[in-house]
Amino acid sequence: MSTPGGDLDFTTLTLTDVTRSFGRRRALNRVSLHARAGETIALLGPNGAGKSTLLSIIATLLAPTSGEVRYGPHEGLRAGAALRARLGLLGHDLYIYPELSPAENLRFFAKVYGVEDVERCIADALDHAGLSHRRDDPVSGFSRGMRQRLALERALLHAPRLALLDEPFTGLDDAATHALRQRLATLRNSGCIVLITTHDLETIEGIVDRAMVLRNGVAVELPVGAGSLRQRYRASLTPLSSSR
Amino acid sequence: MTFVRTIWLITRKDLLIEARSKEILFTTLFFAVSSVLVFAFGFVREGRAVEDAAAGILWIAIAFSGTLALGRAFERERQSETLRALMIAPIPRPALYLGKLLGIVLLLAAVEAIIVPLVSLMFQAPLFTHAWLTLGLLAAGTIGFAAVGTLFAAMLVRARSRDVLLPVLLYPITIPVIIAGVRGTSALLQAEVDLPMARLWLSMLVFFDVVFVTLALWTFEPVMTE
Amino acid sequence: MQKLFVPFAIVAAAMFVCAPFIILAAPYESTMGLVQKIFYFHAPIAMTMFVSAFVCGIGSAIFLFTRRSGADRVAVSAAELTSVLGIIVLVTGPLWARKAWGVWWEWDARLTSTLVLWLTFQAYLLLRRYGGPGSDRLAAGVGLFGMANVPFVYWSVNVWRTLHPKTSVVPTLQPGMRGPFWFCFLAFILFFMLTLHLRTRLEKRRAELEALYLAAEE
Repeated sequence: MSTPGGDLDFTTLTLTDVTRSFGRRRALNRVSLHARAGETIALLGPNGAGKSTLLSIIATLLAPTSGEVRYGPHEGLRAGAALRARLGLLGHDLYIYPELSPAENLRFFAKVYGVEDVERCIADALDHAGLSHRRDDPVSGFSRGMRQRLALERALLHAPRLALLDEPFTGLDDAATHALRQRLATLRNSGCIVLITTHDLETIEGIVDRAMVLRNGVAVELPVGAGSLRQRYRASLTPLSSSR
Repeated sequence: MTFVRTIWLITRKDLLIEARSKEILFTTLFFAVSSVLVFAFGFVREGRAVEDAAAGILWIAIAFSGTLALGRAFERERQSETLRALMIAPIPRPALYLGKLLGIVLLLAAVEAIIVPLVSLMFQAPLFTHAWLTLGLLAAGTIGFAAVGTLFAAMLVRARSRDVLLPVLLYPITIPVIIAGVRGTSALLQAEVDLPMARLWLSMLVFFDVVFVTLALWTFEPVMTE
Repeated sequence: MQKLFVPFAIVAAAMFVCAPFIILAAPYESTMGLVQKIFYFHAPIAMTMFVSAFVCGIGSAIFLFTRRSGADRVAVSAAELTSVLGIIVLVTGPLWARKAWGVWWEWDARLTSTLVLWLTFQAYLLLRRYGGPGSDRLAAGVGLFGMANVPFVYWSVNVWRTLHPKTSVVPTLQPGMRGPFWFCFLAFILFFMLTLHLRTRLEKRRAELEALYLAAEE
């Protein structure tokens, strides 16, 4: 696939002491993370812990107050359009135009990302989202779950190297949740780095390689070990047993 | 993908959305017509408009409805945060700015296509005697207004109180456009037509456009990155 | 600058003490009478205001392109000073207009441009106050545009006004008036630099305090 601004690729994502403050409030405090191609990492934590801020920084939407984000050898804000072509972000807001149909939304973004063979790409994406039968209806009439599925396909349309998924399971029914789990497994096999935030710990059990807990802007790696993800997450939140 | 094609891609998407809902076009158009009507009560005496009123009413209607259209156009990009999606897309930021600008200009052109003849009819203003100069003034004035407006409306997407801040920021900066538009048009409407004066104002507008479009292209990237 | 502050402050104070005597000694303008003396305040403050607006514009541009927060602190201080100086100009202007032209407000090119410029920087301050987080960068855009707009406003208002010439504007300066005029200008520029310095320092202290709060949290 050719990308506008030349082909830029990377196989690692490295965050070093990323800090971001909004006025007097520190949203992220010296967060470090290293991820390799094919890894799926969960970002956990209570509301307002800084998960979305961290995703925005990795997506180059926000500049860190200090610290740096590196995509392989490339530095975030300087690499520009060529780097952005390799990122896919599913935000909390869905980034789709409600007035347009799914096909039109996908066609627009496919062209924006310079995807080759636009129509086949759209057909595949609609198939993944299970929306082929409603490809020409305006999105404004869709349920939250349908929009969520469409938004996910929009974010992954250009086969990004790094996928940032903010609460992808919101509003999905059982069948769609199952489909998304399979989609995440395919992404992992294709060498995509996936960062995913969620509160559905049971749902992501078994599909994430590692997990990181953010709490008041501070990141703690969730220990690998016995117990379910939920148990280990609970343990990490109680101060006594939190291991540094 | 070339720069020009990216601009057209953005504009075409905006036009497609507008073609579906027609919301901005209709509301802006009726707002423009209403403001022309409201001004008529202020400036028409004994069935005739006071001298120079037509040009002033026309340009104020354009400025007011332009502000409304700018606010609505970027509210649409804010609804589902699609402006952020465009900011992380691998397209050059200046192309994004120009695409939005072109969309706004075309929309305002559609509104002007209705209110210019309307003003001409209602105020007995011979706007079409020097059609090319009138067209030039309208085009250059609209581009100048929209060039500043698109940048400000785009950056205010993230701000609080954006609805009221847009006109507060936009009007002082676009005062030269309003003066030039009004004076240039009324030079064409007065009893003895002053062509050199109209051309002088037109060249000032073109100069304004060049300076402010350049400046906006230059500042769009740093202003939009948080 | 810190070391020079006190001596400069003394010089400025001395100049402001001397100013009334120098103005009193300046030639008496017969048609305008005593009101003409307001000119020695009005015009220098107006010029200082334009200087202040340009300082804000340049500071904004530097902040926008280098992200240096020091430039932003200078810009916001200059914007506030522009606003304050603008109020003085817009109050003394009509006082002059009342005596010279018999009306409180004359759409004179200079006075109108001042009003537009003052509105622009008022908008800058409103944006910073009510725009929410991140509005410093947005305001920097307004500051830069406001500065670029100055020649356009001045030129367009000027041409607009000369279409219908009505009153003769400011009488040309007599030689005896020039000295006091430039003396006052110098005093106000000095005053401007000192207040700008103080205000920027206040802003810097505020930033340091914020940093301390953040450090204390850790």
